[in-house]
Amino acid sequence: MPGEPKATEKPEEKNGVTRRDFFNEIAGGALTIAGLGAVAVTIKYASPNVLFEPPTTFRAGSPDDYPVNSVTYIQDQQVYIVRTDKGIWALSAVCTHLGCITQWKPEADQIACPCHGSKYQKSGTVQAGPAPRPLPHFSVVLSEDGALVVDKLEEVKETEILKV
Amino acid sequence: MATTDWTQQRLEQLRQTRVWRSIFRRGPARTNRTRSLAIFGNIGLHMIPVKVREKSLSVRATYYLGSISFFLFAILAITGVLLMFYYHPAVPDAYRDMKDLIYVVSNGVFLRNLHRIAAQAMVLAVFWHMFHVFYRGGYKPPHEFNWVIGVGLLMITLFLSYTGYLLPWDQLAYWAITVGTNIISYVPVMGKPIRFLLLGGHIIGQNALLRFYVLHCVILPLAAVGLIAIHFWRIQKDGGLTVRDDHE
Repeated sequence: MPGEPKATEKPEEKNGVTRRDFFNEIAGGALTIAGLGAVAVTIKYASPNVLFEPPTTFRAGSPDDYPVNSVTYIQDQQVYIVRTDKGIWALSAVCTHLGCITQWKPEADQIACPCHGSKYQKSGTVQAGPAPRPLPHFSVVLSEDGALVVDKLEEVKETEILKV
Repeated sequence: MATTDWTQQRLEQLRQTRVWRSIFRRGPARTNRTRSLAIFGNIGLHMIPVKVREKSLSVRATYYLGSISFFLFAILAITGVLLMFYYHPAVPDAYRDMKDLIYVVSNGVFLRNLHRIAAQAMVLAVFWHMFHVFYRGGYKPPHEFNWVIGVGLLMITLFLSYTGYLLPWDQLAYWAITVGTNIISYVPVMGKPIRFLLLGGHIIGQNALLRFYVLHCVILPLAAVGLIAIHFWRIQKDGGLTVRDDHE
């Protein structure tokens, strides 16, 4: 073929690999590693290290604020403080189905979600609807000055009830 | 007639100028050859076929659903850019800017509603286009790859719709994104990290609004433009549209 350089002598091979193949492999490998690294660095960059979100621990007043056999909704924290003769527990108000905020219905003695109709008992147990899990219980402790302190990051078992 | 002759003479003179020749190298499109060259030589037109079968231009062949989707996308891009002049993706400005667009900005309510209605229409048009192509067998060889590109475009349309939903920053937006991102967190293993990345945190706040804004205004439209270009170009490379023989 005209214009094509004349084939010179056969490229030197070592163990069946030419110099060109070797450098192509090296370059391809380096580019792959750099590409994967760029993806990893970008994902890390997109995950914030410092968040300016509301604190997850809050003080909920004195136990005396909650009469026996009552369910009180704390709107700022999306938490119910439930008090029965057994004691006090804190219940998440966020529906376990898709995250809507539930409402306490005293006339039906249950917690109901307006989005897809899930219903819970005040212990958090699912009564009806698509909710896959019961409402989680958060840890409640009594501070030294006698206030209830709820930690929304710490989920506790349903049986852990603060005796007052 | 004299005026037409005069206009044509001036036009001919214009065509001979150096500036014109530098832009349109091919000369007037008088023969099939120069017409084809005019299409090939134009960056906007080279993606569409030089010749099509007459059947594929009939309304019943396609109902122009792909073209309708594309023109809705163009309307959305133009109105979207105009809305960006007044909208701040910040808490609480976003909601106020949306209200300002409705009540304060001249023609703001027109542009906003045009954007909103065109968005809903585009989702409808894209689905209709997909069903139409499916029932015509348009996904069959040699169109399989373009079908896959089309599925990608359907996904991008839905993501654009979803990310745009948060931007008014009202109750509807907030709860729709709450439900949507909780659905994402049900993805096995990766669900919670994906939700965290998408929201830029654990709650739907300032970070989430900004991320949805960037996705909605930059990343997803660019991806859509790229895929649309491939989608159009592949129609010609795959030998034209699928047309049934009984369509005249």
